[in-house]
Order: sequence, then C-alpha cells, then structure tokens
Amino acid sequence: MKADESIDCFGLMCPMPIIKTAQTVKRMKVGQVLEVVATDKGIKQDMPAWCKTTGNECLAIEDKGEEIKVYVKKVSE
Amino acid sequence: MPEKEKFTLVLFSGDLDKALAAFILATTAASMGMEVTMFFTFWGLNVIKRNEGPIRSKGIMRKMLNILNRGGASRLKLSKFNMLGMGTWMMKKLMKESKYPSIDEFIEMAKDMGIKMVPCSTSCGILGLPDDAFTDGVMSQAGAAFFLAQARESKTTLFI
Repeated sequence: MKADESIDCFGLMCPMPIIKTAQTVKRMKVGQVLEVVATDKGIKQDMPAWCKTTGNECLAIEDKGEEIKVYVKKVSE
Repeated sequence: MPEKEKFTLVLFSGDLDKALAAFILATTAASMGMEVTMFFTFWGLNVIKRNEGPIRSKGIMRKMLNILNRGGASRLKLSKFNMLGMGTWMMKKLMKESKYPSIDEFIEMAKDMGIKMVPCSTSCGILGLPDDAFTDGVMSQAGAAFFLAQARESKTTLFI
C-alpha cells in the first residue's frame, strides 16, 4: 500500500507506536496516509481502537510474522 | 469543536510498576485526544518529586520523613522483587534494552502532551511538601473537591 509518510516503530512496545502515530498524524494533512512499521503485537487491536476514538481510518493491517505494517488515513483535523 | 472527552486518574502508589501503568494509560489517553488529569496523592507524590535539590520540608519530623522517603522518579522501586534494589535495577535495565521510556521520560512526555499533573494538597500539607518540591510543569496543589469535579466530568476514572 502507498503511504505519504512512514514511521519506524520496530522494537517499540505499547503505547509508544500509538503515541508516535498520534504525533505524526497531528502534523500530517487530511487525506494523507501514514504507514506504521511495528513489532508490538498489540498494535493490531490498538490501532483500530485509536482510529475509532480519534475519528481517523485504519485502512489495513498487514501481519508479516514478526513485522506488522499498519496504514492509517487522516480523516479530520 | 466538540468538547474533549476527559480521563482522570489518581496515583496513590509510589511504586515504579504502578507509576508506569499510570503514565502508560495517561499518555495513551492524551494521544487519543482525551483531556487528561493525573492526581498524585500520598506515596504517589514521590513520583513527581524532584530528583535533585535539597529537602524542602520544614520541621524536624517532616525533614526526617522526606529524607527517608526521598522520592523522585528515578528513585522509585518495584512493588515486588525489589531485592534491595537489584530487582529494580534489572527491570530498569530490561526497559532500557527494550527502548522503553523511563518514568522521567514519561513525565516529560506527559508535559509535552498537555497532561495536567496535580499534587494533592492534604498529602502535601501532612508530608510538608511545598510546590517547589515537585518537578517543573506540575500544577499547583488541589484538593478532593477538585479531583471529584474532574472525575464527575470524566468518562473514565482510575485509582492506582
């Protein structure tokens, strides 16, 4: 999947990938897509929950074994 | 803009593990767009005491108490398996190896995220802690009514 920005959360544990996501999404433009590369298994549940609460869209979660890629679309400011 | 959802928690404990749980939830809540208030009371005040500087309490009993109960985020101990500091040292080492933030770093993050950190005025009074005993960025002291007013408006309230 194509993304406008990517953040490396390799080896980071909860809640750091979520906090980094929030920080990055904050300075992105509406409609842009963020790729989060993480290893924390919890992100598969956490990112949809974060998106639901903040009103953003979790486009896809690609679980490649150790590495998990999550795509988040910024929906509103 | 719609009013932000509120999240309030009390940190009563001064244990490293419990403080960690409190800061994980507080910073995550802030990242989810919630307005977060952390209320520190009793042993929890140790978490936000300055790591350095003189003991600021007045009176011999309070001075002694705060020498024994020095506090500061970098001095917190695990609630279990402290083993004269060895267990805590190992836990901190493991956290560092996992690139996990320390409590000091969590406090900085909390400040950057606009989390309100409030010391309990009664505990401060009994333990003899003036406002400047706490790390920069901590708000001025407040009491039970302040906490309850915040808690009433919050969807989620925790006591740790």
